[in-house]
Amino acid sequence: MSDTHLRFRPVATEPAPVRAALILTSVAFLAVLLFAPLIVVFVEALRDGAIAAVASLANPEAASAIRLTLIVAALAVPLNAVFGISAAWFITKYDFRGKALLITMIDLPFSVSPVVAGLCLVLTFGANTALGGWLVGHGYPVVFALPSIVLASMFVTFPFVARELIPVMIEQGRAEEEAALTLGASGWRIFFTVTLPNIRWALLYGVLLCNARAMGEFGAVAVVSGKIRGQTATMPITIEMLYNEYLSVAAFSLAAVLALLALVTLTLKTLLEWRFADQLAASHHR
Amino acid sequence: MHIEIDEISKEFGSTAALHPVSLAIPSGALVALLGPSGSGKTTLLRILGGLEFPTSGRVLFDGEDATALTVQQRRAGFVFQSYALFRHMTVFENIAYGLRARPRAQRPAAAEIARRVTKLLDLIQLPDIGARYPSQLSGGQRQRVALARALAIEPRMLLLDEPFGALDARVRKELRAGLREIHDTTGLTSVFVTHDQDEAMELADLVVVMSMGRIEQIGRPADIRARPATEFVKSFLSA
Repeated sequence: MSDTHLRFRPVATEPAPVRAALILTSVAFLAVLLFAPLIVVFVEALRDGAIAAVASLANPEAASAIRLTLIVAALAVPLNAVFGISAAWFITKYDFRGKALLITMIDLPFSVSPVVAGLCLVLTFGANTALGGWLVGHGYPVVFALPSIVLASMFVTFPFVARELIPVMIEQGRAEEEAALTLGASGWRIFFTVTLPNIRWALLYGVLLCNARAMGEFGAVAVVSGKIRGQTATMPITIEMLYNEYLSVAAFSLAAVLALLALVTLTLKTLLEWRFADQLAASHHR
Repeated sequence: MHIEIDEISKEFGSTAALHPVSLAIPSGALVALLGPSGSGKTTLLRILGGLEFPTSGRVLFDGEDATALTVQQRRAGFVFQSYALFRHMTVFENIAYGLRARPRAQRPAAAEIARRVTKLLDLIQLPDIGARYPSQLSGGQRQRVALARALAIEPRMLLLDEPFGALDARVRKELRAGLREIHDTTGLTSVFVTHDQDEAMELADLVVVMSMGRIEQIGRPADIRARPATEFVKSFLSA
């Protein structure tokens, strides 16, 4: 009996105990690192009831933090999408010296601490530097104002789009663009009718990741924003300030909103994948 | 259209892909560029199509200097090695692409585009596949769609890079006859690249044997078989 059982086990399948151990390990990690904290956030937010949670969000400080975070994401994400597309295009469609160096440079934000990045921005654009002083003199303060928060968020998130696009564009090569050229299409037309449709999924993933990270960025923004309540405090910064003041319902309610925004992003991605499953499959095969 | 290649050379960095080569292609001929990989045949084809610019030399179309013409201005119907069909467009949209890309003043009306695409689908004997995506086609069907797409722009010449390279032996034989037929109906000057001597000898009016960036011999298939001009041609044909 056990003989036939062995014979019918697929060659590439691990024995049952190994499988169970692997599954258990991953589920345990997910539970401890992901689900438990997420649940705690919502439980803490709702400890004094839903009305208290919503009321804490309606307070001007929290409302301003939510607005600021959305504005920053709305500016940083499109700018990074444009940057990411141009960088990926440049890297994959042309051959030039220093290509490897440029790819390394794009990864820099992954290895540099966000706090260091924030400090660099302060040292470049602060009011006591030549550039910063000139900008302040003309009525455009950068540090401790919206521009620096956007710049800091962009610095931290700029690898996401480019990194998603580069492997896809390398795999696809230049043949379709060349075909469009021989058919008489102009550069822009080729970009919008051939290149963009071919990279749209990778672009979407990159933008979603970029967006999630831009809304959640703490370190770099903490340094450049000055944490002015109601003015330059983004959601993560406000959450920290509320928490330090033992306003845990307010802190966790805001944290829950931030987590919800991330969940909405994920749901959106899943919905799009499900809706366009056939196109997704088609674009993976020639 | 008569094509003349006048002392064309091409260097990539410090390596010479083409030493100066010259070649005259009579109007309406079906010409094979035959040689092993690295012989410069694809580079020469891409220079004709305007996808590469030569390091030196001239290309003349009907006696007029076309060297500086952009790829769009050349109006060469180009069939790529792996066909390079637009994977996110249907077969219909693929074939219509070149017509829709025309400047507004020269662009046919939608009904006229549909009429022409239908006619081309008939020409390649696949009248019912307009709504399919390239991923749903067999290799042979893709090759014929690529051919139809190239013909849709009413090209002045047809350039094909290893048009049968990605196909299995049986389909290859079938499609050879298909290409010959389409060439004869359209009367277009056509150049195709191949490393397969049977294909070149069976299909072409004129065979150009290339090796190491040089032209070894130009002639009709029978003449090349009977009188190989160089040691290379002799050994390549006997391989």
